[in-house]
Amino acid sequence: MTLLYLIVAFSIGIGLFINRNKKVNYSLVGLFLLVQWGFTIYACYRFNSTEIDYFTFDSLGILLMITLSIIAIPAAIHSGIYVEKHHENPQARGIYFAALISLITAIGAGYLANHIAVIWIFTEITTLSASALIYHHRNKLALEGTWKYVFICALSITFVFIGILFLSISMEQGGSTDLSFRNLLTNSSKLNTFWLRLAFVFIFTGFTAKLGLVPMFTAGIDAKDKAPAPAGALLASVLMNLGFVGVFRFYIVIANTPLHHWANMVIGIAAFLSIFVATVYMIKVKNIKRMLAYSGIEHMGIVMLGIAAGGIGYYAAILHIILHAFVKSSLFFQFTQVYRIFQNKSIYHVGNYFKYNSTGAMVLLLGFISATAMPPSGMFVSEFLIFRSMFEANQILLLISVLLLLTMIIWAFGKNIFKILFIPVVGFDESNLPVINPWESFSQFILIGLAIYLGLNPPLEFVKLIEESVQFLPK
Amino acid sequence: MIDVLLIILLMTLFYMAIANRMLTYIKVLAFQGILLFFVVFIQLKDITTLNLVLILLETIVFKSLAVPFFLAYILKRNNITREAEPYLPNFVSLIITTFIVVITILLSHSIKDTHLDKIFFVVALSSLFFGMYLIATRRKIITHVMGYMVIENGVFVLSLAVGNEMPMLVNLGIMLDIFASVLILGIFLNKIGDVFKDVDVDQLTNLKDY
Repeated sequence: MTLLYLIVAFSIGIGLFINRNKKVNYSLVGLFLLVQWGFTIYACYRFNSTEIDYFTFDSLGILLMITLSIIAIPAAIHSGIYVEKHHENPQARGIYFAALISLITAIGAGYLANHIAVIWIFTEITTLSASALIYHHRNKLALEGTWKYVFICALSITFVFIGILFLSISMEQGGSTDLSFRNLLTNSSKLNTFWLRLAFVFIFTGFTAKLGLVPMFTAGIDAKDKAPAPAGALLASVLMNLGFVGVFRFYIVIANTPLHHWANMVIGIAAFLSIFVATVYMIKVKNIKRMLAYSGIEHMGIVMLGIAAGGIGYYAAILHIILHAFVKSSLFFQFTQVYRIFQNKSIYHVGNYFKYNSTGAMVLLLGFISATAMPPSGMFVSEFLIFRSMFEANQILLLISVLLLLTMIIWAFGKNIFKILFIPVVGFDESNLPVINPWESFSQFILIGLAIYLGLNPPLEFVKLIEESVQFLPK
Repeated sequence: MIDVLLIILLMTLFYMAIANRMLTYIKVLAFQGILLFFVVFIQLKDITTLNLVLILLETIVFKSLAVPFFLAYILKRNNITREAEPYLPNFVSLIITTFIVVITILLSHSIKDTHLDKIFFVVALSSLFFGMYLIATRRKIITHVMGYMVIENGVFVLSLAVGNEMPMLVNLGIMLDIFASVLILGIFLNKIGDVFKDVDVDQLTNLKDY
């Protein structure tokens, strides 16, 4: 079934690439969404079973797969609106949707993979399809962004591969050659720690390009800025989760070895530096999309701090990446409407949004409240739990400095968002403004509402799935 | 015999550090591909036909034919000047490369592991660091791709050092990686040549936060 899904999804992608007919294109996208949801439901029914050796429908995979399938629907809808409003030619439309579909498929397959090399391969495919999305506008800046993204991702994917090689040396001395996570976990006591250490450093560094942490975060920022906003929403949410899956699944192995404490330290340093870098840039940044991207860096830093702290932090980290995916993608979807009114990404040329599109402004306001984890938002719960876990792990000094940095981020974020919402722009031409259908904001309300619901009143099944995904970690 | 081949590979790095012309870089890359083929050929004990075909494809066809020809084509098409234009003088380059090799020798010396053939480790890590150095100190964007190829060659040597049979899937993945990344990089490099009229890294500084 998994093989069938991959074949069908990629052939839909090829079909979109070849066919130029509008109706055929849109019905193929619709068909893909059906296939995606059908496969997700099938995966839920076949919970914990393994298919074609390399794909296991485990709890973490299922959780993120459902998140992906939920975000895929508005992504397709907003992409359709985007393509129509920009009057793209049939070729650009075909390439865009083909890349979008192969991106979604590769991300989903990467979530479910149970072998580190398979995650690696699908991460490579996401780089290829993302590059087509980033280069959508075919201009100088898009070219620059694409070049940087492809180059950094190619380097980081090589790093991951070097890590896998070191891991296999480490494993060989444990007397086995199978690199699936299950086998690594059962043999974790036999792994050679010297090579495991090297393996972790390389694999972690490699996946930070997708996850969005120091040191490789830079390319992701340019990518989210230059890709069309509906595609940027995927890059800023579900693709970051793929990086998280790569790190987290390997972290589970290393947490069961004597290197657990050392790995926590590596992750903690990278996470703290990420939050610091995000703060510095958030204060300076004047480009709205880049600001949202830096906010994602900050959130991934918080997630990894939760992982490093342990205890309840594991649960909170998984909750946080899911809620973050919903909130951040809805903010990116909303940005398409902002751009349609102001035709600009710069803070200086955007303002008084409530006057021009009050429904959209509500989304921005709610999204801001959610993204900064203020109380009604679901992310408040997960962030609070992460801080609690840090407190319990006696990392008081780190906690205080992170809280100080977060205060600065909230100030910078808020300053910019309230400028967008309320302060009029000097010399803005109000004649022939586009009329925006309030229903276009509907999906964003659903996503933000889902984030609030899952955070404040998580269903029992959801909690159980998260607890199962962290069950192999030491308490 | 393998030691000799690997040391020649190490020497090509020194040659690359002081080379002045772009075509020399490309020739060195092609030569490295041939060297790698012989290293694999001697190193692998039981070669099946399929394995041989894969290795041939990976080393001779990709590394020493397809990629160099592609790079040469890009050079010609975009009228890239022949000079490599390093930021640092060649003498300093040479010293830094020596430094890299010495460091990796010292590093590999500290490994207390009898399973591993250390010369593989030295060559692999030297290529890795040298590739990064090349990327950091050359002005032209195309030299970044060449630096990336040097890194890939280092990784290839490292995967030989590991020695055990990686799954076929991973082998295919590596080919996909090299093929796709170089192809994609090449395509975009071509576009950069078309759009910017000049392929220096200085051109790529327009994405800013403000």
